[in-house]
Amino acid sequence: MGLLQAKSDALAARLAGRTLGQGGWLVAVQAAALDRLRPMGLPGKRDEYWRYTDPTSLTAVEPPKADLFDTKGEARPFSAIDRLKLVFVDGVFDSVQSDPLALDGVEITPLADAAGTEGHWAAGLYGMLEACGQSPVERPLAALNTALATQGMMIRVTGRPSKPISMIYLCTSDTSDAILHHCVKLAPGAELTLLENGPAAARLNKVLEVDVGEGARLHHVRTQGRDHQRRAATHIFGSIAAGALFKSFTLTANGRLTRNEAVLELLGDDAVAHVAGATVGDGEFHHDDTVFITHAGQRCESRQVFKKVLKNGAVGVFQGKILVKPGAQKTDGYQISQSLLLDEDSQFLAKPELEIYADDVKCSHGSTSGAIDETALYYLRSRGVPLKAAQSLLVLAFLAEAIDEIEDEAIADDIRDRLEGWLQRHEH
Amino acid sequence: MAAVEMEVRDGVDRETIETVQAMSGSYKHGWSTDIEMDFAPKGISEDIVRLISQKNNEPQWMLDWRLAAYRRWIKMEEPRWAMLNYPAIDYQDQYYYAKPKSMVEKPKSLDEVDPKLLATYEKLGIPLKEQMILAGVELPEGERRVAVDAVFDSVSLGTTFKAELQKAGVIFCSISEAVREHPELVQKYLGSVVPQSDNFFATLNSAVFSDGSFVYIPKGTRCPMELSTYFRINAENTGQFERTLIIADEGSYVSYLEGCTAPKRDSHQLHAAVVELVILKDAEIKYSTVQNWYPGDENGKGGIYNFVTKRADCRGERAKVMWTQVETGSAITWKYPSCILRGDASQGEFYSIAIANNAQQADTGTKMVHLGKRTKSRIVSKGISAGRAQNTYRGLVSMHPKAVDSRNYTQCDSLLIGDKCGAHTVPYIEVKNNSSRVEHEATTSKVDEDQLFYCRSRGMDEEEAVALVVNGFCKEVLQALPMEFAMEAQSLVAISLEGSVG
Repeated sequence: MGLLQAKSDALAARLAGRTLGQGGWLVAVQAAALDRLRPMGLPGKRDEYWRYTDPTSLTAVEPPKADLFDTKGEARPFSAIDRLKLVFVDGVFDSVQSDPLALDGVEITPLADAAGTEGHWAAGLYGMLEACGQSPVERPLAALNTALATQGMMIRVTGRPSKPISMIYLCTSDTSDAILHHCVKLAPGAELTLLENGPAAARLNKVLEVDVGEGARLHHVRTQGRDHQRRAATHIFGSIAAGALFKSFTLTANGRLTRNEAVLELLGDDAVAHVAGATVGDGEFHHDDTVFITHAGQRCESRQVFKKVLKNGAVGVFQGKILVKPGAQKTDGYQISQSLLLDEDSQFLAKPELEIYADDVKCSHGSTSGAIDETALYYLRSRGVPLKAAQSLLVLAFLAEAIDEIEDEAIADDIRDRLEGWLQRHEH
Repeated sequence: MAAVEMEVRDGVDRETIETVQAMSGSYKHGWSTDIEMDFAPKGISEDIVRLISQKNNEPQWMLDWRLAAYRRWIKMEEPRWAMLNYPAIDYQDQYYYAKPKSMVEKPKSLDEVDPKLLATYEKLGIPLKEQMILAGVELPEGERRVAVDAVFDSVSLGTTFKAELQKAGVIFCSISEAVREHPELVQKYLGSVVPQSDNFFATLNSAVFSDGSFVYIPKGTRCPMELSTYFRINAENTGQFERTLIIADEGSYVSYLEGCTAPKRDSHQLHAAVVELVILKDAEIKYSTVQNWYPGDENGKGGIYNFVTKRADCRGERAKVMWTQVETGSAITWKYPSCILRGDASQGEFYSIAIANNAQQADTGTKMVHLGKRTKSRIVSKGISAGRAQNTYRGLVSMHPKAVDSRNYTQCDSLLIGDKCGAHTVPYIEVKNNSSRVEHEATTSKVDEDQLFYCRSRGMDEEEAVALVVNGFCKEVLQALPMEFAMEAQSLVAISLEGSVG
């Protein structure tokens, strides 16, 4: 009982002094989220689900201070790509720095505006997938987000827009505490590329709910800000209809603490979901990828590809699960989590799970951990490649399988360039 | 060499099929022995713990140890994290001690044992009497003999080959006897691998364990024969809580076999055992289990609840342990034989076949805790689910910062037969140094249609074909078993899957 008490005390402290209720339909939706959240309380480090990551700094009343990071004039990610820019400063939408909210085949509305519109489509999505994602595992930080969010973008795609939508999260305060909640709905046959980059805040709690309609395609690529001391807990809740596709890739470099959860359900037949991540961490760095993919339809395909390069005491965590429901025959599920530990101090902790209730399935997972292959290194050096270049080459090769999940070549190249830059800066 | 191997395999496969045919029906060990029993009153309390201790003529230190465990246990909560679904167990509705009346005055030798009891073991195919084994001396050269300790409900009936083992310096006796005869060894090692506080079921066992086997292999000794314990639960509503302690002193070797059966009963029966293995420098223990407790009927009525804590502690350099298990019985299996690889260059291996059919549920796996340098571990787990059964592999591989240059390889494969069962994999992988390599692979699939079709085209019926394919799927584990056990295990695989097709 003591444990439960501590969790609900943490929640009470977090909610103290908050004024709830945004107006419109959102009031009821957020009240419902709070009702979901109260019996859960906030997560504690004794929870099995937080076995490898200590949530204390994510649940604390005040975010720990995070020094701002000087990018030294380095170009931001995706800057060479033609895109519609939506800029958030410390978690607050900045319409001045953003492009006009107009793009062919897309309707973009800030959360506050959508909340004030009677019968807005987002009323049927906001918090819905998050609520479904609370079982069988509770995700209190996501419910907290739904209950408290005032910022976010409601994006409905009905066609195939000519360029990607890009969310840029700037951080200007070392004590900022941001809560962002986006909803993306793709009508049948629609297609969108969604880009995200930047640290957003000293502490970020972000939820992205995506509803991918029949035959629609959503490509999601994000890079998480390089600020060394930032902390983030993000959730993607996805519902993927028949014949639809959802691909998500995340590049994480640095950050004190990152917990990225993806909760995806393949509802219709022949749906596809790929989640990939490339992580590079040096020093005080804790990165956690937690993925839960449910196969409900037949002949669906899911892939989880996570690669982590860790040094100087960095910690990488992977908790992945494939759940195949009864009747989800011909499922093809694949999961790989690998880490490359560049020195003695780093750690890799993994829990790759399968839970299968259908017999005609092909599911596999693999997980490995180890140092750079000495033989490969020796070979490269014997061909005249200097040691550091050879190491970088092998690290990039190790990460390649994750980056290959990005379909758009220009975006994939941008990611590769950033990785190379990081490796050069973090050579020993 | 290859030709000989093929022949053996052919023969074995034929045997499997013959066994399937011979056993048309169900659980073959489901009969019970009608024998007068001496029960302790139902339920658990300090008095029951005292009574068990008194019945075993135990010294004060043993009683104190039990009481400490009991006092701890009443404050503990039953773990519920496993993927097992069963109604709450009423711990007061069990007998914690049952002993055949004829054993109240302990017989001096096996000759004095109630013939009914001996007949029970004979029926199970366990030749208890040394004479019977010795009568078969004209067996071919090199035929292995097996010393047996038979445990019936709560007491050990007797141990065979004692004299011969004694000559080699090997101590093989029941644990209650060891408490009296070898207190220095028991006091030193009991609870040193699985402490009283370890987990709910181990603590319960520490309080009420009634019997079990004790083995000590002295320095530099290769145990002259395989040792075996045969556990039989007979009485109704009786829990069996055996405790096994095996100590392999420096440079010694022993292979130990364990078999279990129980009669068909409509109510669930509780079994919570603890096995502790202590392996010192350069020693090796092979521990093989064929667990065939009564699994309950097709509808999940009856069957054993099997909650077992097994752990091996490789304390010295180059110590080696090998767990091999074939889990075909029990309504509920909760079992994770583990290896603590403490000594440098020590090795742990775990080979497992878990078959769950009808309403059975199994949550089983292993833990490999790498603490020493250059330690190695290997896990091969084969899970087979049929009927409405749920089968979970749960395992931990942990590389500690100081366990440099260590290695782990894990393979867990699941096979599903039918669309109403489930197969689950829950591995935990924790790597805290970079010179160690950890590899984990898992696959889940169904019985290969092409292989089935091929077997059918050669005239096998569907059930035979499935049994053959499944035996092939399990081959890597079956090969790790001692020969006699491998044969039995193969037949068991086939029998366990009866009724899973069509």
